[in-house]
Amino acid sequence: MDLHYSDEDLAFRDQVRAFLDSHLPKDLQAKVLQHLRLDKDDFVRWHRILARQGWVAPAWPREFGGPGWTALQRHIFEEECARAGTPRIMPFGIDMVAPVIMAFGSQEQKARLLPRILSCEDWWCQGYSEPGAGSDLASVKTTAVRHLDADGEHYIVNGQKTWTTLAQHADMIFCLVRTDASVRKQEGISFLLIDMHAPGVTVRPIIMLDEDHEVNEVFFDNVRVPAANLVGEENRGWTYAKYLLGHERTGIAAVGRSKRELGLLKRLARREHKNGRPLLEDPLFAAKVAALEIELMALDMTVLRVLAQAGKAPGPEASVLKVRGTDIQQMLTELMLEAAGPMALPFDAAYLEGEQEHSVAGDDAAAPLASYYFNYRKTSIYGGSNEIQRGIISQMILGL
Amino acid sequence: MHFNLNEEQVQFADALKRWIGRDYSFEQRRAIIASPEGTSSQAWARLVELGMTALPVPQEQGGFSGGATDMFVVMRELGRALVVEPYLATVLGAQFLKLGGGHGALLEAVATGELKMACALGERQSRHDLRDILTRAERDGAGWRLDGEKNVVIHGAEAGVLVVSARTGGAQRDEDGITLFAVPADAPGLRQTAYRGLDGLRAADLRFDGVVLPPDAVIGQAGNGWELLEHGADYGAGLLCFEALGAMEALFDATLEYLKTRQQFGVPIGKFQALQHRMADMYIHLEQARSMALLVAVKLDGADAAERRQVAAAAKYRVGEAARFIGQQAVQLHGGMGVTDELAASHYFKRLTTIDLTLGDRDHHLARFMAQPGFQRAP
Repeated sequence: MDLHYSDEDLAFRDQVRAFLDSHLPKDLQAKVLQHLRLDKDDFVRWHRILARQGWVAPAWPREFGGPGWTALQRHIFEEECARAGTPRIMPFGIDMVAPVIMAFGSQEQKARLLPRILSCEDWWCQGYSEPGAGSDLASVKTTAVRHLDADGEHYIVNGQKTWTTLAQHADMIFCLVRTDASVRKQEGISFLLIDMHAPGVTVRPIIMLDEDHEVNEVFFDNVRVPAANLVGEENRGWTYAKYLLGHERTGIAAVGRSKRELGLLKRLARREHKNGRPLLEDPLFAAKVAALEIELMALDMTVLRVLAQAGKAPGPEASVLKVRGTDIQQMLTELMLEAAGPMALPFDAAYLEGEQEHSVAGDDAAAPLASYYFNYRKTSIYGGSNEIQRGIISQMILGL
Repeated sequence: MHFNLNEEQVQFADALKRWIGRDYSFEQRRAIIASPEGTSSQAWARLVELGMTALPVPQEQGGFSGGATDMFVVMRELGRALVVEPYLATVLGAQFLKLGGGHGALLEAVATGELKMACALGERQSRHDLRDILTRAERDGAGWRLDGEKNVVIHGAEAGVLVVSARTGGAQRDEDGITLFAVPADAPGLRQTAYRGLDGLRAADLRFDGVVLPPDAVIGQAGNGWELLEHGADYGAGLLCFEALGAMEALFDATLEYLKTRQQFGVPIGKFQALQHRMADMYIHLEQARSMALLVAVKLDGADAAERRQVAAAAKYRVGEAARFIGQQAVQLHGGMGVTDELAASHYFKRLTTIDLTLGDRDHHLARFMAQPGFQRAP
């Protein structure tokens, strides 16, 4: 057993740190660390800075423009980005649709779409969930019917997707669509790429409990999609979708970000007072923070253990990381809310949107914390709810 | 970076598995517990033969200089089989001698298996606080005179030599003025009241009335024993984490097997979602505990004392949480059978429960974790 990073890995970490020091714009960093809302420009700006460095797609093979890092290097990179407070690289293009295109797409799709994903010319969103198909994705009803006319082969798409994250920014959506209703429900699904600017596509905002516009409903009304936008074979989409879901492994635990937030929680708890003493010295509160810190230490090790098996096929152990990772993220936001106390009450949308320098209540650190807490209730629901993950653990790992 | 065991570690584990499979079944263990001695001289002889007592002893004293990761492998196997022999008590005693320096002859005797040891650290009032010591040692010519009481000393009556913490200065809960002594079990003035614990292990209360000790009975330095005591106790807490991991693995496997075979309402009970989710939560606890046991195994031998304290406290707390959850749920999932003496599950539950009460419970180690500079200093 040896848990030390090699000299090469440490040198790599220093290289990443130096890059982040010099290239992460301070205003972006401040927004992230302060939990303010990021707009499209913020995401695109950071995406393009990383793309220029050749680091925006850490998991991609070199032939498509990846940096050729090991799994451990990717982990170090993610940790350092989280520590520094970079915006996230939206996963829908880089980490979700791109691996499917690489594995199952045509040469033409690879040549046309992958460079545009790397450069962020196309903003992608995900069209999996439907009002009747949340965790039960095989139940998708959106239809795609194949036609041939003077303009060539194409699909006519009708239906509705929902919970579509940041679709308001998107140029493209990858969808699970039903192309055969007569067979077993998993066997009639195809994986289709749709232009969000095509006639018949409508995006309707869903405002969440923190009053943020992060997700949407997307409607397709006789949308014409070239047949060349089908990925792989017709009716094999379920296989590709599962490939995508199994692709994400250790990043899902978000240990790096949780470590950063734990630091913030402690700073808040030292600044706030209870009974005339720093809150972090209150035994009841400190015990909750300590228990959470230990939970995070354990998850950190669990992630490293999964990483140590890198190269093996992605497995259901990601479910353990998802459940624990999101539990910890939620507990962190809950304790931050408690640390802010009554100062978390004022809601200041203008401040959250970055439209004014200070919050109305005068406590800039506390102002976003209630929104953050409410927003993060999503984490145990999305990506396959934690109940679904427990089902995967009991069936795939435990054989029940 | 890797988590693989080396060849020797795999061999140690295999040898233990073979011996346990042959000579330490649940029924054989039951007979050992019921015997008047409560331990088995044959089992001890086998552990010695397999090199287990020599494993942690330094090479200069005839051992293998095994580190904490080697002990991880051994204790995990002993935990899986709920072995009740005085192994942990002995190697922990040896660890104090090792940390203190000197006492080479005793370490040699541990390596050869001639000497069993025990650690008398707790007192009636001290609960989990090892610095809370009333037992006193006064200067007596060149040597010392020991008076006081120690409670629930695991394998206290089986040991040939006891590591005893005593106060040679300072007030009841001071860190200064603590001294550790190596006390022969047959020293005049030492009285033992032996009993069996609920987990099947033997224990004893010890009374010292004017026990006379030579100057070289001191382990480490007189009056400066706290650092040694804390360091050794962290090592012991680590060993308990490894043992608990083995016990949790075995109990988890047995429970999973039961869920797959036990039929109710015409299906295996493992088909019910409520039980599946309970089992998934047990699995998550087990994985988190495994991670912490591995982490403490790697950090126990490190030179960084602050890091060792922090990780040992975190591991003992987290493993204790898992042990409680997995123990309670395993009993629940076994239904009525789970609360019987007949089933191994209840015995695992009992051992896991007592491990939490040994060398600091969850609350103790959480508080200790909070008190470390590493917690208070925000990153």
